[in-house]
Amino acid sequence: MADLTCKIAGVKSPNPFWLASAPPTDKKYNVERAFKAGWGGVVWKTLGEDPHVVNVSSRYGGVDLNGNRMMGLNNIELITDRPLEVNLREITEVKREWPERAMIVSLMVPCEEESWKKILKRVDQTGADGIELNFGCPHGMSERGMGAAVGQVPEYVEMVTRWCKQNTRMPVFVKLTPNITDVRIPARVAKAGGADAVSLINTINSIVSIDLDAMAPTPVVGGKGTHGGYCGPAVKPIALNMVAEISRDPLTRGLPISGIGGIGNWRDAAEFISLGCGSVQVCTAAMHYGFKIVSDMTDGLSNWMDSKGYKNLDAFMGRAVPNVKNWNELDLNFKTIAKIRQDECINCGLCYIACEDTSHQSISVTNRKYEVIEEECVGCNLCALICPVDCISMVPQETGMPYLPWTKHPNNPMRVS
Amino acid sequence: MTTAGTVTGKSYDQVFCGLGEPLDLKRAQVEASRCFYCYDAPCIEACPTGIDIPSFIRKIGNGNVRGAALDILGSNILGGTCARACPVETLCQQACVREASEEKPVEIGLLQRYATDEFFKSGEKPFRQAKSTGKSVAVIGAGPAGLSAAHRLALLGNSVTIFEAKEKAGGLNEYGLAPYKMTDDFAQKEVAFVMSVGGIKIEHGKALGLDLKITDLTSKFDAVFLGVGLGAVNRLGIPGEAAEGVLDAAKFIEKIRQVKDLAKIPVARNVVVIGGGNTAVDIAIQMKKLGAEFVTIAYRRGVEQMGATHHEQELAQTHGVLIKTFVKPVGIVSANGKATGIELEYTALDGAGKLVGTGTKFTLPAEQIFKAIGQTLDSENLVASAPDLKFQGGKVSVNADFSTNLAKVFAGGDCTGVGEDLTVTAVQQGKLAAEAIHVKLGGSLESLPNAVLGRGN
Repeated sequence: MADLTCKIAGVKSPNPFWLASAPPTDKKYNVERAFKAGWGGVVWKTLGEDPHVVNVSSRYGGVDLNGNRMMGLNNIELITDRPLEVNLREITEVKREWPERAMIVSLMVPCEEESWKKILKRVDQTGADGIELNFGCPHGMSERGMGAAVGQVPEYVEMVTRWCKQNTRMPVFVKLTPNITDVRIPARVAKAGGADAVSLINTINSIVSIDLDAMAPTPVVGGKGTHGGYCGPAVKPIALNMVAEISRDPLTRGLPISGIGGIGNWRDAAEFISLGCGSVQVCTAAMHYGFKIVSDMTDGLSNWMDSKGYKNLDAFMGRAVPNVKNWNELDLNFKTIAKIRQDECINCGLCYIACEDTSHQSISVTNRKYEVIEEECVGCNLCALICPVDCISMVPQETGMPYLPWTKHPNNPMRVS
Repeated sequence: MTTAGTVTGKSYDQVFCGLGEPLDLKRAQVEASRCFYCYDAPCIEACPTGIDIPSFIRKIGNGNVRGAALDILGSNILGGTCARACPVETLCQQACVREASEEKPVEIGLLQRYATDEFFKSGEKPFRQAKSTGKSVAVIGAGPAGLSAAHRLALLGNSVTIFEAKEKAGGLNEYGLAPYKMTDDFAQKEVAFVMSVGGIKIEHGKALGLDLKITDLTSKFDAVFLGVGLGAVNRLGIPGEAAEGVLDAAKFIEKIRQVKDLAKIPVARNVVVIGGGNTAVDIAIQMKKLGAEFVTIAYRRGVEQMGATHHEQELAQTHGVLIKTFVKPVGIVSANGKATGIELEYTALDGAGKLVGTGTKFTLPAEQIFKAIGQTLDSENLVASAPDLKFQGGKVSVNADFSTNLAKVFAGGDCTGVGEDLTVTAVQQGKLAAEAIHVKLGGSLESLPNAVLGRGN
């Protein structure tokens, strides 16, 4: 059986599945339930300075898709709204009782060295395995000069990271905000400041919906609403891209990454790990289904690894990174063509109308029989993606043509020969 | 013989509650999400009235129930009844691509019922008679074909007079569909909805042949539409048929539908139904629900040949009805003029595929024997009213535009020789005949697309 033991930035856990800093990790009661269910570690919900913050009532907004609930979730909660003292005591207790599980403490204090020094000293005493700097929270805290307000300024990221490294024994994870144009920049400066790892992505700034009766954004708080942090299955593609960008950036290559964003099952986790993540963090899926989902995550990942012959996480960690390229490195001579498996076709016509109305008119229809016009098909995949019974295969063609990237294409005036 | 009053422990409301729970909002939206929104969808082609099914389902899914209902009612003004009575498993739902892929079609009938029921709750009357064309049309029969024709004619601006022999409008919707399918006086509510378009009046107690002559009507009106349905019942043609307790299923259902106190309906301990169609199933289930102890459907061929759909057969069986196939009635057993049993003979197919009696007979006790072996056109009155009207195969002969051989006279629904004898087919034929009449009278169909969406004319 595959070994799921996880080691990232010096922090060990029995498996790579951690609960992200969020409501599920706000107190001892929840975290102990999570550990009993089998989670490998937690990032304790962000601590701040006393007096603690105050949260609104009506905190989450969801995005449903075709009857499926919560494809996306946003929240306007702030950091922990319990006294620092209570959190520190509970962290100490939990770490003592569950020594082999990873205990990372998320932190967010004003951008002054003294504030960081003070809180680091206290967290040190809890026995926690590491800290995560919350530079991502896009609402509420950013208006107070914390969270994303720090994460969006590279100089601040580097400065605060350095302060922390100088003032604690614990490994420092820097949590990055996706609400920027190029995620490589904050990753680079975090590394320069001495970060042991980066965690990403934090939530995406969002308004999930407008309540058309209240004429206000959801979640509606007394007739008003605000932008919040978006997460859940819908954000996974954005997170994967940002993780890949950092993994393949020569300036940050090898920097440990804790992957976050829409992870709900072992397959999602395997994808993040294949892009270089050492651990993964989960929140929305646990909030949707409860802590029990970790059993399928560990079990599924282990079974898949066995089927592929991967003995441990290192065996496939980062394996997909070399295959993530810039567009201009892709082979323009590669050709794939759609093939409809007629015996499985249910004649819904969706492939036809998609190609006819919005693509390349490469599917013909005679008496509800749909066939690909091979010479017209550009291999865009749309029909295969739409087909409700998945009966369209994209078949790579043997062209006999050599690898030809855009950089060498005759149509490219800037080509290099 | 006892009466339905012996039904114990349950109220008649419970006994007569409709079939299949209607969907609520959440379940309707989940079911709607199963629709693939096919291009050139096979279900539309399978619907005799051509309702744009994927469109109305998508509208339900997106919370636009009014739009969904108008998609339905614009194509089929009796969409509410059809949602209850259509044999969807041989029409739209059989064509559903999900039937092909997983043998579980989208529940189109239930979704149609959801959309129309919700819309009717609003009380809105979206259809309005167009500016008068000055033309008037007589419609004979206020059944599905007649109501559909009248509505479409009025929508297009014609004034319509419906002549109906019975006390109430609705035809088979009111008198023929089993009560458990049409609870809560739905047929009359639907008639009121049809009439709300304006420009239609109904004269009750006017039967063709007896009170009306087609020649009189053609001189008084610009056109006449015949939607008289099928009034006569096939006979068994066996000894003892006149005994008390040998009943016509359709007439008995009509009686149940109209009776004020259900407890007065006579119910036998042993009931035998002769026939294999949906009427046979309707009466069998109905009698079971009213308290009959043993109900047997006797059909001369096999289950495959039964007119009742597989779904209806299953429904009968789950209600405790025994379906006995390959038996035919040969005689009624009676005592003092009252039926006490029915003698049946086993049948088989001979080498040539012809159905023959095997000579082996048996008797089932039966104090009520229902004939459900099909209805025929009551042509006597029609012939008396219009001696020159052309018939074909015992039904009114119509051209492609539903005109008959008589000038200004059109026909549609079960009384014609075209299409299946279904409510939904009658609605379509009434609708198409109305459009043909309107065009023949010099009108245009240009305003229809907006009119059927309730956007005025």
